[in-house]
Amino acid sequence: MTGSILFQAIVFLAGAIICVSIAKRLGLSSVLGYLLAGVMIGPFVLGYIGEDGQDILHFAEFGVVVMLFLIGLEIEPKNFWKMRKTILGMGGIQVAGTMLLSYVFFVFLGFEWKVSLVISMAVALSSTAIALQTTKEKGLMDTTFGTSSFSILLFQDIIVIFMLGAIPLLSNNKNGTVSENQTDHASLIDTLPLGLQTLAIILSVVLIIVAGKYLIVPMLRKVANTGVRELLIAAAFLIVFGISFLMEYVGLSPALGAFLGGVVLSNSEFKHELESTLEPFKNLLLGLFFMAVGASINFLVIAESPLTIGGILIAIVIIKAIVLFVTGHIFKLKLDQKILLTFSLAQIGEFAFVLLSFAFNLNILDQEQMDMMLVITALTMTLTPIIGIINERIILPKVGTKESIKRPMDHIAKSHKIILVGFGHFGNTVGRFLRSHGVEATILDQDSNRVDFLRKMGFEVYYGDATRIDLLEAAGIADAKILICAIDNPNVTKQVTKLVKSKYPHVELMIRAKNRYDAYELLNMGIENIYRESLETSLTLAKDVLSKMGFRKYTLNRQVQKFIKYDEDILRRLATEPKDDKNYIFKARQELEQQEKFLNEDFERGIVEYDKHWDSEAIRQTLMKNQD
Amino acid sequence: MKKILILFSHPKFESSRANAVLIDHIKDKEGVTFHDLYEQYPDFHIDVPAEKALLQQHDVIIWHHPLYWYSCPPLMKQWIDMVLEFNWAYGPKGKALHSKICLNVITAGGTRDLYCSDGTNSFSVNEFLRPFEQTANLCGMTFYPPFAVMGTHRLPDDSLKKHAVQYSALIDLLQQDINLGEIKGCSFLNDIPHLKTE
Repeated sequence: MTGSILFQAIVFLAGAIICVSIAKRLGLSSVLGYLLAGVMIGPFVLGYIGEDGQDILHFAEFGVVVMLFLIGLEIEPKNFWKMRKTILGMGGIQVAGTMLLSYVFFVFLGFEWKVSLVISMAVALSSTAIALQTTKEKGLMDTTFGTSSFSILLFQDIIVIFMLGAIPLLSNNKNGTVSENQTDHASLIDTLPLGLQTLAIILSVVLIIVAGKYLIVPMLRKVANTGVRELLIAAAFLIVFGISFLMEYVGLSPALGAFLGGVVLSNSEFKHELESTLEPFKNLLLGLFFMAVGASINFLVIAESPLTIGGILIAIVIIKAIVLFVTGHIFKLKLDQKILLTFSLAQIGEFAFVLLSFAFNLNILDQEQMDMMLVITALTMTLTPIIGIINERIILPKVGTKESIKRPMDHIAKSHKIILVGFGHFGNTVGRFLRSHGVEATILDQDSNRVDFLRKMGFEVYYGDATRIDLLEAAGIADAKILICAIDNPNVTKQVTKLVKSKYPHVELMIRAKNRYDAYELLNMGIENIYRESLETSLTLAKDVLSKMGFRKYTLNRQVQKFIKYDEDILRRLATEPKDDKNYIFKARQELEQQEKFLNEDFERGIVEYDKHWDSEAIRQTLMKNQD
Repeated sequence: MKKILILFSHPKFESSRANAVLIDHIKDKEGVTFHDLYEQYPDFHIDVPAEKALLQQHDVIIWHHPLYWYSCPPLMKQWIDMVLEFNWAYGPKGKALHSKICLNVITAGGTRDLYCSDGTNSFSVNEFLRPFEQTANLCGMTFYPPFAVMGTHRLPDDSLKKHAVQYSALIDLLQQDINLGEIKGCSFLNDIPHLKTE
């Protein structure tokens, strides 16, 4: 029964739904909910998940890969380049400092130097999954803290490659290669000499960059042109799987490769579409990963020597915290940011599982040491969200700089305040004029050919269907001030309008309408800013015709302005009328006749009555009358 | 308490340092209607009935504008042309504005001493404002001397602030009706005793 995949799926999904919704209701991070769910369904509480916990963990690590791909998507290459100092500096100091201190600590505890070295490597790494998920959930990615922790995590992702390369050198096997039965990390790269290894790594990175530009983007365009939405989901996964496979093949971390792939694609018009497609899968996979971590906590090991484990656990967290705090200090982070950094990265990360089991397979660690470290790793990961809560509720309010957390960092791409949907002839003019005033809108368009063309012209245009709320969310609707809808198709316009108005009522809507009938409907939906596309152009034409017939241009100009005002007034009055069809048509005809009459009158009287400006006729007549 | 209408005309308000400070001090005062003409009528298409109604609701009309080429910006002239209609503001039946008070509040780059027969500008500010004075007269309004912030090009921030505080005090005085005798004698409302700062 427990072996059936369906049953396992039910256990995991139910566990997630129950625990995460409870955690959320209590105002806790979803990560904690998932971890607790894992503990609950794991072998020591309810026992639904047994030995296979480790396999699930391995599969669920794919969530981390997808997450890094998504993070890469949000970082444009030029910003990534700008971050190089933080990545190397902060990451370098953190890893070196933590390794040194924990190495000394473990040697002091009486461990062999090789064991201490491997453990200190594992300890130096933090959990990308937990730290980034929590940071994103709190919306802190754009802060100094967010970029700092991201830089450190990225450095760790890179350095782990070298650690995996170094561990075999510590092995007791004299030849320093992986023993026959360990196929986990036997990859192409191990069989090559050192020079070629480096070459293979560089080549694969170059391959990702080139493929991103000349293979992936054209492929996405073809896929988008088919108009079949699930193909795009398939394409998104194909990209991530492909990169992961390539990376594992040459012995690099798939997460790092996925990140690189994301960065390459972050300049493409498919950025937001890919984001919104992968986001839910990423969250589920990460959830699964956290649950697997929870389930893998071996309570038997803890029960055997609770004091040792507790002591080491606390010591490790303190060592990591001190190093992080000092790193933050060297890089001049503000106090609240330093504290956030300290607590959010003080855990041992998921790479520890990989490193430790690798070292175990090479006979560097014995069973007992590995079990102990695995338990400690899982426990520190569980502790992170709890420490986070303590920090957020007790420590940070005392430091009292909550607001400065929100200050955005300029080198992480931030969402613009204006979203422009539809970039045809209409939206294009709107966008150009805004841009000429230094106001850059985030542009969404459905036509991938046009998006391609416009991007060549230097516009920041994204491909996507704006009737999907997730895409609008990826484009930053939550923070947007104004949404301009310049879509040609009135039905799509209405869908977008309705969607945004119900989900994000604070966003001001400025809507293009084809004609007066669309305008009526939009007015009745409660939209204030409606722009009929043909009104002013047709009047300009009419004005020019009259000018050619001998009417004075300035007078015509004023007449046009008056006409527009009349027309707007009538439009608004009619829009409030109930939509009884017969009545509506009758009313419309009546109003239009009236409008015609108004204008007729104006011309007949030569703009007299109240518009007798710069016209001395009335004065002359009055004066003549007085003379009589 | 008299109700005050400030008709503000500035074609580029966003880059006017002096007016930013002045207006910041008065626009939210109680009993004051601040009416930004260039913001309201960017296309010069003035809504005459609305403007007439606004005039009738107020007792003191202030034309607040920079002095450009010894006169007002074009939209303010357009406003005068269009709103002050024959047989409404003037003419045999034109009594709508009778007994209201009218004055200019101006900002000028040049200092006051440039505006005299010996100065570069040859004439005094009061002389340049004659057309507005006579417009007010023809409409039966009482025309007061201007409140002028002069030499704005070189005016330091603290002096500018003093002018703004003075402007605000002037508004208070106008709301309570100033003693006419004191006004007659001076060329600028800046100089009346009530508003003298130290």
